[in-house]
Amino acid sequence: MSWLISALNSQVIRNQFGSDPISIILNLLFYVIFIAFIFYGQRIQLYVMLREVESSLYKLKYMKEEGRKVAIETIKQIGKPQTDPTARVDRFLDFFTLAPQSLDPAGVVWKLEHILDIRDARLKDEVRIMAPVADENQTFNLESTLEVAMALNYIYKVIRHFYLLGKKTLSLYVIMQIQMVLPLIMKEAEAYASGLKAFAEGQPIGDGAGALVAARLMHGYETTKIPKDCVVATVPIEGRTAYVLKAEGPGGNVGKPGDAIEYVINENEGKIATIIMIDAAGKLEGEEVGEVADGVGAIIGGPGVDQFKIEESVLKYHIPINAIALKQDIGDTIAPMRKEIFDAVDKALERIKQIILERTKEGDKVIIAGIGNTIGIGQ
Amino acid sequence: MSQEKNSTRATKVSSLVLLMIFITLALALTALFLAVVVFSNDILVEGWLVLIGIAGIGLSAYVVLQMRRHATHPSVEVPPIMTTIECKKCGYKNVREFQRGDYTFKEAGPCPKCNEKMIISAIYREVKEKDKEKERSRV
Repeated sequence: MSWLISALNSQVIRNQFGSDPISIILNLLFYVIFIAFIFYGQRIQLYVMLREVESSLYKLKYMKEEGRKVAIETIKQIGKPQTDPTARVDRFLDFFTLAPQSLDPAGVVWKLEHILDIRDARLKDEVRIMAPVADENQTFNLESTLEVAMALNYIYKVIRHFYLLGKKTLSLYVIMQIQMVLPLIMKEAEAYASGLKAFAEGQPIGDGAGALVAARLMHGYETTKIPKDCVVATVPIEGRTAYVLKAEGPGGNVGKPGDAIEYVINENEGKIATIIMIDAAGKLEGEEVGEVADGVGAIIGGPGVDQFKIEESVLKYHIPINAIALKQDIGDTIAPMRKEIFDAVDKALERIKQIILERTKEGDKVIIAGIGNTIGIGQ
Repeated sequence: MSQEKNSTRATKVSSLVLLMIFITLALALTALFLAVVVFSNDILVEGWLVLIGIAGIGLSAYVVLQMRRHATHPSVEVPPIMTTIECKKCGYKNVREFQRGDYTFKEAGPCPKCNEKMIISAIYREVKEKDKEKERSRV
């Protein structure tokens, strides 16, 4: 220790860093840190970012494993398979769908619809093989559960890819692009994880808000099945005839509202005074969950095929189209339905009546379409 | 890339952090040693060195605690889902926990008051007031 004391007391050190030992230590520490940051600043930043991504990756891995576990358990409980479905589920988790080529965009919607139909049929077939005793609604729910597990698996793999690529290349820019969007990706993954149980158990989810509004209107009236996987009921409202339609519940199903609306329009030879669509919509930060807003246009999510079909149908007969949005957070859309969203249904019903009274005459025919996943919602 | 390999890569960063903790701890202990053994006659220097030592140990302990928190298993919170069963005739309501097979507008047995058929009128989850406040404070 004497060498340290004599070194601290040497004239050179005293001239450079001052006579006080504390000043010497602090000054030396400052220079060391300063030089280290000049040469290794970016690398330190990179390691901090990698650590952040790694921590999120750990959570994503847990969610992915949980998704797989819930899917296998639910299939075993509901489907009573003869053989262990684990291997089939594992293979299914990596299932992918290729979007059609759009270099020549003419007709791309029909190509996309065809691909999506094939995908849907394939998923249902796989579920029927894995869960032979599941009924129609349970098959829909199992399909949705597997889709959630697939989404969690995909998110985990993409984040892991960028994490490992960032470590391999030690490129700040590779890791930075994933680190910047990570909070939003985590929010989406957490939403999927909390929705997992809802799909497995058949609980209504936030996305079903539109379907719930339609169900409230059509409850007690006779329903008819219409293409594809939808139901319609003829309901008298304020002296008008309302064709209320939604996807057929209570299984996890969104149906094809584009086909359903087109069918009802054609059945009535285009004599429809107005169309009112109700759907869940993402809220902006600062807006309250369950706020109701209205506007015009075809309010429907998904890949765009149904929106395209609805727009084509209303254009053909020049039918006005109204939209009612039930606002909710992205995380609430696939999570079990919040009470605020459930309570907002009454506000949406009031808004529908207001539109009907203001925009149509007595004796007119209107279409009311509740859009969204109808899991846990009957009719 | 196998998961095993992935976890090995992940520990590399942890080793670096551990090394930094070890260096900080060693420096802090040296500062405390110097304070007690070498500068015990100089109260000002001793005080500063003790302060540096305690701060170093505190910082190391904080980082270790943070690492332990990261190491604990994450969990997915499953909120309780409630089912409301309602009699449309007399207005009797019964709220219970969700059971598999429940769905909105499902018939749910006779009403204990008027014996009319009851239906499931609502299935929802309630968000705690504390979480709602948290949501608002993010704005």
